[in-house]
Amino acid sequence: MRGPRDKGRVQRPAEGRLIGGLGAALSARTGVDVTLVRIGLVLFGLASGFGIAVYMVAWLLVPAENETDTIGARSLRDSRGLALIAGLVPALVLSFLLASAIGAGWLSQLAWPLLVSAAAFVLVWRNGSESERALLRRGAAPLLQIGVGKTRSWKVFAWRAALGIVLAAGGVAALTVGHRNARLAPLGGVALVLAAFVVVFGPWWLNIARELVLERQGRLRAEETTELAARVHDSVLQTLAMIQRHAEEPQRVVQLARAQERELRSWLFEGRPPGSFADGLATVAAVVGQIQHDVEAAHDIRVEVVVVGDCPLDEHLEALLAAGREATVNAAKWSGAPVVSLFAEVEADGVSLFVRDRGRGFEPADVASDRRGIAQSINGRMQRAGGRAVIRSAAGQGSEVELRMPRRRPA
Amino acid sequence: MTGAVPRVFLVDDHHLFRSGVRSELGDAVEVVGEADDVEPAIELITERRPDVVLLDIHLPSGGGQLVVEAVKRHDPGIRFLALSVSDAPEDVIAVIRAGARGYVTKAISGPELIDAVQRVAGGDAVFSPRLAGFVLDAFAGMPELAGATPPVDPELDQLSPREREVLRLIARGYTYKEVAADLSIAPKTVESHVSAVLRKLQLSTRHQLTRWATERRLI
Repeated sequence: MRGPRDKGRVQRPAEGRLIGGLGAALSARTGVDVTLVRIGLVLFGLASGFGIAVYMVAWLLVPAENETDTIGARSLRDSRGLALIAGLVPALVLSFLLASAIGAGWLSQLAWPLLVSAAAFVLVWRNGSESERALLRRGAAPLLQIGVGKTRSWKVFAWRAALGIVLAAGGVAALTVGHRNARLAPLGGVALVLAAFVVVFGPWWLNIARELVLERQGRLRAEETTELAARVHDSVLQTLAMIQRHAEEPQRVVQLARAQERELRSWLFEGRPPGSFADGLATVAAVVGQIQHDVEAAHDIRVEVVVVGDCPLDEHLEALLAAGREATVNAAKWSGAPVVSLFAEVEADGVSLFVRDRGRGFEPADVASDRRGIAQSINGRMQRAGGRAVIRSAAGQGSEVELRMPRRRPA
Repeated sequence: MTGAVPRVFLVDDHHLFRSGVRSELGDAVEVVGEADDVEPAIELITERRPDVVLLDIHLPSGGGQLVVEAVKRHDPGIRFLALSVSDAPEDVIAVIRAGARGYVTKAISGPELIDAVQRVAGGDAVFSPRLAGFVLDAFAGMPELAGATPPVDPELDQLSPREREVLRLIARGYTYKEVAADLSIAPKTVESHVSAVLRKLQLSTRHQLTRWATERRLI
């Protein structure tokens, strides 16, 4: 049940809070599961009103994650808030008097924490961050609405209110009269009063909880949309802007559109976000995609890629792909063809790579031209890595480079 | 092939793209209608009965296979050629399995497209390099996979060595004619191999075929 501990100061997180975020703060600091912490806090709060008061005061004194000062510090400058609290003191005196009048010692015990909680509540209400105030406002909404009330379900509300009053009256009666069993009576009384609250306010609270969840989902969706917009802006919109600027150069426009199309495609169908081409090139298919990307970006040519199967790279396959890249660049530079086909097939015993163009081709028997020089370097590279290369070409008939590398099975 | 100009119907939700294809096809075919979504496409195609339907794989209200399936129920003689930018193999295979006679990408050149339309009109299958790659991938490695369910019907669930060779050459960018020359067989034989592969693709009940595309095979 223990998660990682956060060594820093205790602070109330912005996300994942239920009320003041103290349960989450404690959980983050101690590493104890947040649900356990919350159950503990609720029990603590129920056991004596004191627990609630501690929670409210802590809310004042523990800073929120994204704030520098505490609500308490701000409250000291809030003279009206302090005045309001001063006004609570007569309420305390009154409750003392009342308690002694009906001979209920428990009430005076409850009065102190109630007063402290109420005071802290007022200060948080007045000085909390915007989101905290919104939370409290919403939490208090049912209380404020009782008088105004939406007429939608007056009947239901009347029934609930009646039931609540009966329960509350029973609770108070148990608390004040039930002297016979000194232990059980107060407990039963508290339970009845709580039940009354649940009956009257339960549906509202549920509603609020649901709204909070919906709001959270809405925010997540909004964040996703923002990220999507940023991505689209970085890639698609930039490219469109570039295309407009190069409208006079059809070749450049085609090149830009092609690169963008490829990037979008690998994003939509392979889940690779734009701009991440250089990362995680750990498989044959990924590197072949990279070769296509680089060659199309650097030369005015379309590279048609077909990959069958896939496997992780080792140094031999890296040599194969390096040779394949060289052959593709070679075709792009010299063939004069509009399209180069790149076909890679991964099989259990080896990987094959074919680079084909329908360009001007060359006679392999000719004296070393640039192209032949490159052809020889491809050949040498493959042989050193334990593979082989076959180059087929004839003047005017295009050329095809066939590369094959056997696979070494990890033992 | 009848020798007559094939009557073609275009289904694509991008107006710009439809007019582009129209102008690329030029006089080589007769375009008898256009539609931008599944419902109007089904209605107009069954009404006008073209020889070939050029069908986008993704339409606003669903995949192109909806059109193929609905039209084939009325009129099994109408032929479909899938034409798309989509790279997702499962979408392409779904349209082919519904009954399309081939798949080409939108990057195809005008003359190549005309050639493909004429082939489909003549009853042949049209495999672009990409589709050949998808099919090789879909049927790949089955016999060696230990523990995998054995093919239900070996005739349908496996490619013959010759069919594999043909598909590999197509994936490498060879035309049918070049494939024929490379394998020293008649062009007609290449076409029959490709048609056989198409039939297997459409009739095989191997469940891997419908599922394979979700994860790329790492071997």
